[in-house]
Amino acid sequence: MEPPERYRPIVDDFEAFRAACERPLPSAIRVNTIKASVAEVRAALDEADIAYEPVDWHEELFVLPDTSPGANWPYFHGWIHGQEEVSAVPAAVLDPQPGERVWDACAAPGSKATQLAALMDDRGEVVATDNNLGRISALRTNTERLGATSIAVTHEDARNHSLKPFGGAEYDRALVDVPCSCEGTIRKNPDAFEEWSMSHVRGISGVQKDILERAVQATKAGGTVVYSTCTFAPEENEAVLDHVLEREDCALVDFDLALDHREGVTEWQDDEFDPSVRKAKRIYPHFNDTGGFFCAKLEVAQ
Amino acid sequence: MSNDSTKFTRLPESDADREASERATREEVLDFWDERFGVPPETFDDYTFWERGKGKLWIYRGEPPSPVDVEALGMTFLRTRQEHWKPTLEAVQRFGEHASECVIHLSEGEAEAFVAGYDQELDWDGDWGYLVVTHDLAGRQEPVGVGLYVYGELRSQVPKGRRRELGE
Repeated sequence: MEPPERYRPIVDDFEAFRAACERPLPSAIRVNTIKASVAEVRAALDEADIAYEPVDWHEELFVLPDTSPGANWPYFHGWIHGQEEVSAVPAAVLDPQPGERVWDACAAPGSKATQLAALMDDRGEVVATDNNLGRISALRTNTERLGATSIAVTHEDARNHSLKPFGGAEYDRALVDVPCSCEGTIRKNPDAFEEWSMSHVRGISGVQKDILERAVQATKAGGTVVYSTCTFAPEENEAVLDHVLEREDCALVDFDLALDHREGVTEWQDDEFDPSVRKAKRIYPHFNDTGGFFCAKLEVAQ
Repeated sequence: MSNDSTKFTRLPESDADREASERATREEVLDFWDERFGVPPETFDDYTFWERGKGKLWIYRGEPPSPVDVEALGMTFLRTRQEHWKPTLEAVQRFGEHASECVIHLSEGEAEAFVAGYDQELDWDGDWGYLVVTHDLAGRQEPVGVGLYVYGELRSQVPKGRRRELGE
């Protein structure tokens, strides 16, 4: 069975979910605090006559009801970056601190990597990895425009990430926003369900498990790892967490999120997952008028 | 993926530490920003400078071992190994607020023309050469990019990929 129908058993108010998947997504921006404050961006948007609406869970995000970002002064100066609301969730949950070393395992095109740098006040080291040179070029364009000086970009497969270029030190935190079947982006990409196949879900789930394992291994004892996808498939979400909980010494931890969400599912079709996967959060499009998202926070054992 | 095109080498502190004769030193980079634009050297206390290829300098907040073989390290910053050193648009947008000399302030219309890539005849009674170009944005005098001033003309140095038509 294909999406969205396959999620009927786990989604509250399924008809509203299905209807939301068919509505286009409003465009949103994040204030790049490396270059400007929220107040300055508000003033610059006012000067440019661009309408914007605040987002109640995150003061650095605005929805632009009438326009998409691009041809305006605050964009040219790198004061703002086009970024969907739910895409801002994982970096906020990871909560990196100035001076820390952080790994962004699947970093291109860089919305989250630059958000991490901004959260760290552009102090510390964000190692941003991607395996695709074309996407790395987009990542570099964004780090340059946003003026981030604390991001180092590496071209490699995250599953085999090497700590060697940076002297072998483990990370304080890692962000694992993996490639996925992208069901949650249906409002932005109406083709997302057409390109969907069960064999892709199964294949990508193997990659996701290996990347998350590598991230746990590369993070210090007591360090934090955030796992996220923009998909609803339990095969790519709770099943990946379940696999890594079994293989690596780490645990899921609770976290607050002011967006309306549901907890992770512990049963799916014939599978049962570790009960702690409930601590993960599922964000559905009809809850907050956003894209769909999945996010979990893990702590590496001491 | 270990080839020299992706290898970053940290700039030596001063002449005494220099191994590659053509490579700029940190001291020279700080002097350049100070002498040309009046940017105080301490502005860059927390940063390291790196070269990749010939004369393309990068600025980075961290301190990885040198050389380091990666795709990018912070931001591109400065072109050396040419007669006149040239800051990047990104470097000027990020650090140009500290400049007190060779700064040309444009009106809204002039700034829009500059970003669209047009050269303009403008009065300037300072040194010819690369200037920090600013305009007013949200109550700030905000650096837009680098212009080249020669023969009574401010030539836009905004790279083609960054040009925008921002006017109404």
